[in-house]
Amino acid sequence: MRIAAAAWCFVAPALLVIGVFFFLPVLAALAMSLTDFDIYALADLRNLRVVGFRNYARLLETPLFWQAFGNTLYFVVVGVPLSIAASLGAALLLHSRLVRFQAFFRTALFAPVVTTMVAVAVIWRYLFNTHYGLLNYTLGRLGVPPIDWLGDPHWAMPAIIVFAVWKNFGYNMIILLAGLQSIPEQLYEAARIDGASMWRQFRHVTLPMLAPIVAMVNILTIAGYFQLFAEPYVMTQGGPLQSTVSVLYFMYDEGFKWWNLGSASAVGFVLFLFIFGVTALQLRLARWEHAA
Amino acid sequence: MPHLAGLIVNGLLLGGATVTLVPLVWMASVSLMSPGEASTFPPPLLPSHVTFENYRQLFSHAGMGRYLVNSAVLTTAVTLVSLLFNVAAGYAFAKLRFAGRDRIFKLLLSTLVIPSQVAMVPLFLLLKHLGLVNTYGAVIVPAMASIFGIFVVRQYALSVPDELLEAARIDGANEFRIFRSVIMPVLKPIVVTLAVFTSLGAWNEFMWPLIVLNDSDLYTLPVALASLSREHVQDNELMMAGSVLTTLPVLLVFLVLQRYYIQGLMLGSVKG
Repeated sequence: MRIAAAAWCFVAPALLVIGVFFFLPVLAALAMSLTDFDIYALADLRNLRVVGFRNYARLLETPLFWQAFGNTLYFVVVGVPLSIAASLGAALLLHSRLVRFQAFFRTALFAPVVTTMVAVAVIWRYLFNTHYGLLNYTLGRLGVPPIDWLGDPHWAMPAIIVFAVWKNFGYNMIILLAGLQSIPEQLYEAARIDGASMWRQFRHVTLPMLAPIVAMVNILTIAGYFQLFAEPYVMTQGGPLQSTVSVLYFMYDEGFKWWNLGSASAVGFVLFLFIFGVTALQLRLARWEHAA
Repeated sequence: MPHLAGLIVNGLLLGGATVTLVPLVWMASVSLMSPGEASTFPPPLLPSHVTFENYRQLFSHAGMGRYLVNSAVLTTAVTLVSLLFNVAAGYAFAKLRFAGRDRIFKLLLSTLVIPSQVAMVPLFLLLKHLGLVNTYGAVIVPAMASIFGIFVVRQYALSVPDELLEAARIDGANEFRIFRSVIMPVLKPIVVTLAVFTSLGAWNEFMWPLIVLNDSDLYTLPVALASLSREHVQDNELMMAGSVLTTLPVLLVFLVLQRYYIQGLMLGSVKG
């Protein structure tokens, strides 16, 4: 009994913080998304009206919301596979027995992950500069004409994807590397005895053993990439021609620039439901594949 | 043949490391150039002569000292308080029996999928109501506990043998004393790991401070840097100096405590 009382003392502060400052706001967000909470309601709550699903209906008629959604999807669909491919490639190289200075390479490849997003976004904005950026200079030496990376609506999102892959791939690289290291050496020995080539060892030992980890990394990365915000905020401010406005960027503007807080809550909820749906679908696919 | 393969593997890694490091090294190099020097073609790799003018200007004109203090204070406060709350809760969820324990823990875990941004709008109103918007409190209070932190500590604490607790109880120690003098030393590795993880995360945090700190005197480094970079689009040297000041502390902490950070990352990946 005394133990249970003490236990409650231990968990109460954390549960209180999470309950009041996370659970409560999430539920409130659902409620607010059904109201017309705006700058007038902010001044005087009597101006608040319940509008049912009108915020959601209006969102679906807002071209910028669809564009933000499309941009975010573009970022996820292109960015996640590139990101994971880079992570996997780097992990395989690091895992190779031929590597010298493994610790140095691991740290160097991982360094971008711990850097501050805003600071490195500022660096990359400069690297992407059309006239004196290092990237166009390097490409120019290879005979590629200068590209207006952040000023051309066709190139802005690819540029942000390149930056995001650079910033993030090290994270999954570490997880995949640990996965590679946990594959029992006997499996490779057995494969070698059977005369399997390097490629077939990779294809029939490494890949199947690594598959559950890749699936998990994939789910987490997709959920993370849907939360695109700081990159466009610093590098392009959503431009050019709104080609890099993401769902969260749209939510930020809607809520904290125009103070349409009811509508912003609806945007947040749509994003959550979408991430949730995609995650659930992947989990089901992974389980189904596992069973098959 | 193995010779060639080794050359390829190490060559590729060297290429990769160049891509990840060049932007960071270049940032440091440009930050030491005189104003305007970097905006020439071809882009200079090294300063023609090294100057600390940009740093001087950041502190004397852009209020960088203030932002540095804000970031340091907020990071320290968030780390210390959340560590205390998360470690206590994580330990209790792992080792102490109380009614509803497993149900509450399952509920917490199931909400890990909710992105924190969903809560942002009502959280802003709540903090405004409490008079915390535009104070340090707006950043600290919601970050005082995290489901992820509780989870990580619990997983680690599960391996603490019950006999250790029983022995202390027989000696007549109360639960708080046991926590302080028996459990804390045992949990030290996970506490350090969580501290590194939390402090780097708090230092780098951008969207929430951007929303709740509108008074420029309260800006954290990332918020100040974003705002500066919108004003000073052309002042590359100045912006690079600001980026160095923002990233150098986290890079140093990471380099020193790398082992703990990587450990935290592995534990975090289990949450999937």
